[in-house]
Amino acid sequence: MDYVLTKNFNVPEAYRIDVYERTGGYQSLKRLFTMKPVDVIEEVKSSGLRGRGGAGFSAGLKWSFIPKDGKKNVYLCVNADESEPGTFKDRSLLELDPHRLVEGVIIAAYAIGAKTAYIYIRGEFDLPHTRIKAAVAEAYQKGYLGESILQSGFGLNLYVHRGAGAYICGEETGLIESLEGKRGYPRIKPPFPAIQGLFQSPTIVNNVETLSVLPYILMVGANAYRAIGTEKSTGTKLFSVSGPVQRPGVYEVPMGTPLRHFLQEQAGGMLPGKVLKAVIPGGSSMPVLNAQEVEEVNLDYESMASKGSMLGSGGVIVIPEDYCMVKALANLGRFYAHESCGQCSPCREGTGWAAKVLARLEAGKGEAGDIDLLLDIGRKMTGATICVLADSLAMPMASFIKKFRPEFEEHLTLKKCPKG
Amino acid sequence: MAEFSEISKKEIEEILNHYPTKQAALLPVLWVAQEQFGWISEGVMDLVAQTLDISPAHVYGVVTFYTMYYRKPVGRCHIQVCRTLPCALMGAESILEHLEKKLGIKEGETTPDGQFTLSTVECLASCGTAPMLRLNEEYRENLTPEKIDQLLAALK
Ligand SMILES: Cc1cc2nc3c(=O)[nH]c(=O)nc-3n(C[C@H](O)[C@H](O)[C@H](O)COP(=O)(O)O)c2cc1C
Ligand code: SF4
Ligand code: FES
Repeated sequence: MDYVLTKNFNVPEAYRIDVYERTGGYQSLKRLFTMKPVDVIEEVKSSGLRGRGGAGFSAGLKWSFIPKDGKKNVYLCVNADESEPGTFKDRSLLELDPHRLVEGVIIAAYAIGAKTAYIYIRGEFDLPHTRIKAAVAEAYQKGYLGESILQSGFGLNLYVHRGAGAYICGEETGLIESLEGKRGYPRIKPPFPAIQGLFQSPTIVNNVETLSVLPYILMVGANAYRAIGTEKSTGTKLFSVSGPVQRPGVYEVPMGTPLRHFLQEQAGGMLPGKVLKAVIPGGSSMPVLNAQEVEEVNLDYESMASKGSMLGSGGVIVIPEDYCMVKALANLGRFYAHESCGQCSPCREGTGWAAKVLARLEAGKGEAGDIDLLLDIGRKMTGATICVLADSLAMPMASFIKKFRPEFEEHLTLKKCPKG
Repeated sequence: MAEFSEISKKEIEEILNHYPTKQAALLPVLWVAQEQFGWISEGVMDLVAQTLDISPAHVYGVVTFYTMYYRKPVGRCHIQVCRTLPCALMGAESILEHLEKKLGIKEGETTPDGQFTLSTVECLASCGTAPMLRLNEEYRENLTPEKIDQLLAALK
């Protein structure tokens, strides 16, 4: 298999432009500037590439929503806010191969007609921030950014914008608000960013991984990319695996790889003495899978959906038999309550209330009816809010309780956690 | 009233070139301010507001929304322990307990000599090397109590 995203991960100092160029870096731009922007969009559409930020929406199709009348400036925003618990792939791309992202940004900007692009990077990313800033400066120096790139007549300015600690700024309209110098409150949609985004102008927000795929697609063509993976989930994807496995880390595998195979071959199986109980497959916002489902599911959008879960950001969190599921869910409850921006009352009140009930259940101080109360809180906040953060707690909550209800009931009857 | 240094002024001038509105420079300018002053006092908020022609109330609303702008001084070593699920699965709780015992402070507190501040934070995208913490602007990963002891000894 061709490695699309990680082929430079073992190349020493691939973050330096001369090293990157020696691996074939920035070569795709030669082809890019012979194409018309609409043809680039068509090529990416036909590659089947789907957004890697979590939602899995067709990248080319999203770009095509940008008005072509040229009346307003168009902006491209790179979502480097990576804050979904269990996900750490964008950090690897930024640290180890930042020029691939810059090259991808040039391709996307050309396709949608953006002359300005921003990389919104989470405030806690120290080394990634240093690396991407250095990469951008190098790219300017070599004429890959700035006026008339490679004498093509197309110019692009790229700026790195540092966030300041808020999970919600990963949501694309929260990101836009934050970039405008405001609180990161997600916006009501429509209007979608492609019509009215940053500075009231047409805007595309794309994830770091999505953009980093583009140089490959331009080099080998849509057909070759589509030949990897499954029919509807094309290409490769990065998966971050965490928990008590032998080799936690970031791995690139073709879409459709059986999860069981991935956990054995890439993650190296469980640590000695640990037995797999459950896996959250796509970052902490996704429904949990039990051990039986882990055996049956593949790492692609359709297979995950058939098991009632989602591929999300590809953050694979492995939970062992000896870890309490009530404790695990209480941890997530606290996270989402902490990260709710507070704009919508079903989310603000719902996440806060669920976190409180989960904490008391975990402590053995739960009350009869608490388990159904949690399900009820979850139902009431699903689909009732401006963004899907509320659903991001409701979905794991419903699946944890459905699949591991006896563990929750034990806390009620024993009045303590059986795992101590 | 607080004043920006010449270096800060230069940085701000450059930052303003990146955006079509002054307000959009708010987060980066707050970073410059925190770099210079160490934390964001009300006086600094006024200075930032004046620099960007926006209201102090807006600046206050933004500063309080984000977790990384300090509204009081922090210790010279700011220890930020990640406590989200993937780190918790790998023992983040015992790392925090160990730190609290060793430093003699609780989460959210600063040692009386101003050397250490201990905080908890949410997932820092380092879950594959859990448990972990961020020390000022650097990640420390795959932690054990022994590693914590070594780290603290080097920082004392
Ligand atoms: C609460 C919340 C947090 C999100 N966090 C991120 C994030 O950290 N990084 C990211 O790329 N997308 C995140 N997203 C998804 C973005 O809204 C958006 O769909 C994505 O950046 C689009 O890029 P893509 O089409 O390339 O996937 C988040 C969404 C929600 C609702
Ligand atoms: S759902 Fe929650 S996080 Fe999203 S906008 Fe509403 S209150 Fe904010
Ligand atoms: S949970 Fe600690 S770094 Fe992700």
